[in-house]
Amino acid sequence: MSPVAAKVSGLLESKYLGWIALAAALLAPLLTASPYSLNVMTTAAIFVMLAAGLNIVVGYCGLLDLGYIAFMAVGAYTSGIVSRAFDLPLFFTIPAVLVMTILAGLIIGAPTLRLRSDYLAIVTLGFGEITRITANNLAVTGGPSGIYGIPKLLTFGDFSVHSPAVFYYVTILIVAFFVLASARLGKSRLGRAWRFVREDEDAAEAMGIHTYKVKLMAYIFGAVWGGFAGVLFASHLTAISPKTFIFLQSALVLMAVVLGGMGNMRGVVVGALVISLLPEMLRDLSEYRYLAFGLLLVVAMVFRPKGLWPARPHEDERKKNKEPQETAVDAAVSRGESR
Amino acid sequence: MSVVLGVKDLQIAFGGVKAVDGLTFDVHEKEIIAVIGPNGAGKTSAFNCITGFYKPTGGSVVMEGTDITGNRPADIAAVGVARTFQNLRLFNDLTVLDNVRAGMHLNRGQSWADAIFHTPRFKRSEAAYTEEAHYWLDFVNFEGPRGVPIENLSYGQQKQVEISRALARKSKLLLLDEPAAGLNYTEKQNLLELCRRIRDLGTSIVLIEHDMGLVMELSERIVVMNFGREIAEGTPAEVKANPAVIEAYLGKDEEVEIDGNA
Repeated sequence: MSPVAAKVSGLLESKYLGWIALAAALLAPLLTASPYSLNVMTTAAIFVMLAAGLNIVVGYCGLLDLGYIAFMAVGAYTSGIVSRAFDLPLFFTIPAVLVMTILAGLIIGAPTLRLRSDYLAIVTLGFGEITRITANNLAVTGGPSGIYGIPKLLTFGDFSVHSPAVFYYVTILIVAFFVLASARLGKSRLGRAWRFVREDEDAAEAMGIHTYKVKLMAYIFGAVWGGFAGVLFASHLTAISPKTFIFLQSALVLMAVVLGGMGNMRGVVVGALVISLLPEMLRDLSEYRYLAFGLLLVVAMVFRPKGLWPARPHEDERKKNKEPQETAVDAAVSRGESR
Repeated sequence: MSVVLGVKDLQIAFGGVKAVDGLTFDVHEKEIIAVIGPNGAGKTSAFNCITGFYKPTGGSVVMEGTDITGNRPADIAAVGVARTFQNLRLFNDLTVLDNVRAGMHLNRGQSWADAIFHTPRFKRSEAAYTEEAHYWLDFVNFEGPRGVPIENLSYGQQKQVEISRALARKSKLLLLDEPAAGLNYTEKQNLLELCRRIRDLGTSIVLIEHDMGLVMELSERIVVMNFGREIAEGTPAEVKANPAVIEAYLGKDEEVEIDGNA
């Protein structure tokens, strides 16, 4: 590896990279703070949070979910309905959002526990559509026109989170917390259990891992992440309607996870930024921009089939090595004998 | 010696095929037992019934006084049964250490909230996981790299990791399905010595094995199966002299097929 490449790879693996990325996100409005760019950046941050949540389900646990946007819908509608009904800032709807998203996670998780791969994908696809169609038909969700005039995230007396810049900063901090939390979960006992289930369900069971419980936990965490992204989304747009939660959105979030590198939180953040920002950057191509977007994605997957930044499992070797020479000699001797 | 595992009249049928048909044996504390028999005799099916991967159609499996017949594999593992698989079943994309940590999943010591906030409890627990993983890799004399994905290792090393993973479960009973398959002479000698050290930890071992040299030298008792049935049980010397066993492995001396009509 050339010295430059080594430095770059060192930086990419550095544990401070997350803080650097957070600092970059916080400083970005100093470069451009037009309402348009703040809107794009806020939307991108919310999209990162969605991808972080789906990464738990698909990347860590290997459960293909084609209806993930449904959890965002549950979060957005719950906070919208509750806040309007009780005239509360969105922040105070969080307990209700938590309850509803956990419930949604259980409802989609429990019946699909025995399903694998393509069967699971079809059921989750159905769940996503059911959620959207239900929202389209119920009176409480406002039917096809949805809910509008959703209150601000937080209001203290005269102060409220209403300026786009303030809302951007609040969003960045919340998203940063959830991204960090999902990365940390990935490196814990539960995160390992998710990966064991992904790699080999039977072997995981044989080690005493209750695969049903572990999968349900993945669904619940994914649902909560999606639900909170929904709260931010509702607050950002102040209006939600069923049209926002179509299958294409689920597909885009999944694409962000796959393009970034399933299971690698850093890659997934990059993938989400690419998916949400690239169409904006291609705006000059006017009506050809989604063609160009699609072509770029195909090219990316041809050259990086495991994603832009795939997970590379690696750990430090043990520092203190007891009698390294003796074991090396032993090994050489035993190899000689076996010939 | 107290009985660790009691298998009684175990049966499993797949459609009309009785893969295991009335298998009965006990495993005592600190005992090494071999289950042998020709290919297709039902040895692995019996293992799968004991560990919950197949639901037995009859009979019972009792582990230290608890009836575990037909329980979930995870629950059976929690009662104290660890196993390895005939064809390596490792977590290929994960590091060697992570593979061994899988065996320690039932050691609690951290919650998801500890993980999100990196509490001192979490750090202590992770350090303990790592230390213990190294301990079990040392125990099996694993000499390969430990921080790399397991798929980069040689077959022999992968087999060692699979045994460390099972040992990390710290169970009373270890079921080894063909642990010596594909190993060279030295590796087999090491396995022999390893099994005795595992036994000295207080763990009973049941192994399925085709290498008769290893079986005869290692096991205290041998259960012989053929066509799902148990045809003999006894010490290595008894089994070696048993005519039914010789028949199962080598066929009958006389041409008995003449009076059959197939």
